[in-house]
Amino acid sequence: MSLLDYFKTSKTSTASLAKERLQILVAHERTSRHQPSYLPELQDELLNVVRKYANVDQDAIFVNFEQDEHQETLELNIVLPEDNHGKKPKR
Amino acid sequence: MARIIVVTSGKGGVGKTTTSAAIAMGLAKKGHKTAVIDFDVGLRNLDLIMGCERRVVYDFINVVNGEATLHQALIKDKNCSQLYILPASQTRDKDALSKEGVEKVLEELSKTFKYIVCDSPAGIEKGAHLAMYFADDAFVVTNPEVSSVRDSDRMLGLMSSKSRRAEQNQEPIKEYLLLSRYSPDRVKLGEMLSVEDVQEILSLPLLGVIPESKSVLNASNAGIPIILDEKSDAGQAYADIVARYLGEDKPHRFIEDKKGFFGKLFGGK
Repeated sequence: MSLLDYFKTSKTSTASLAKERLQILVAHERTSRHQPSYLPELQDELLNVVRKYANVDQDAIFVNFEQDEHQETLELNIVLPEDNHGKKPKR
Repeated sequence: MARIIVVTSGKGGVGKTTTSAAIAMGLAKKGHKTAVIDFDVGLRNLDLIMGCERRVVYDFINVVNGEATLHQALIKDKNCSQLYILPASQTRDKDALSKEGVEKVLEELSKTFKYIVCDSPAGIEKGAHLAMYFADDAFVVTNPEVSSVRDSDRMLGLMSSKSRRAEQNQEPIKEYLLLSRYSPDRVKLGEMLSVEDVQEILSLPLLGVIPESKSVLNASNAGIPIILDEKSDAGQAYADIVARYLGEDKPHRFIEDKKGFFGKLFGGK
């Protein structure tokens, strides 16, 4: 086994897999930590409003909050059902 | 004024109580008057690890409720006259603790003790919250394993937002990483997260690495804090940790696999 092979195998070790998974997860959880606390409630109320007009599922609505140095973005994503008065699903 | 240290992790079974017992003993042996408090109401175990389970008369909740004085409830350690243990209640539930009650006890202890070590229960509920709420320093005990690292990060988030220091806009809690149950040989094989990996993910200063060690179970079997087993690698690791915490310059040990071929052949501690 060459030296190069040694490095190749160590790349796919379970430890590096663990590190990669953790880095993604921890980064995600840290951003959601700084989300405003009203977000779940907002999602619920928005869902109720949408449901007055269209029959959508709980998971058809997605609210995301992002923050960088300059701005805060509230992203709202609603997937409407296909048979909604002939309208196409809208993002 | 005492310095309040919380030993925390989020996840259970990573070595919080072992660590609390060891560092409290280490600080006391260095001549600092130290109290160690078990915050795990309903599931107390610090008394067992410290070997004083048969001397528990009154507990933390009795003191909070005014049913006993602090003096009555504190158990003087049999190995070190500078060390006192405040056991948790075994019969009450975790709601028996209140912020005000805990604050009162910590304030009273602060008058005569140099260090107060708070042994946090696992989880993020009331007991764990109260254990870290008043802390000045946090020893975050983490195993090199995905769920433990994730839970430690969650705990760090809570300490930065839900502690007294955070709420009162004071200087934040000083957080330190204690990486326990570490196996350098498995790290070398790529089977275990390395110290650098865990530090990179949690971005915490490293206070010490405690190697996976058979002597830890032997010590808990006997009810003797592992730090008193000066021959064991884990005992030495905790002694280093206490020294580093007190400002001594100790190079890190137990990170590299030092055992050679013969060492592996004949095994070790």
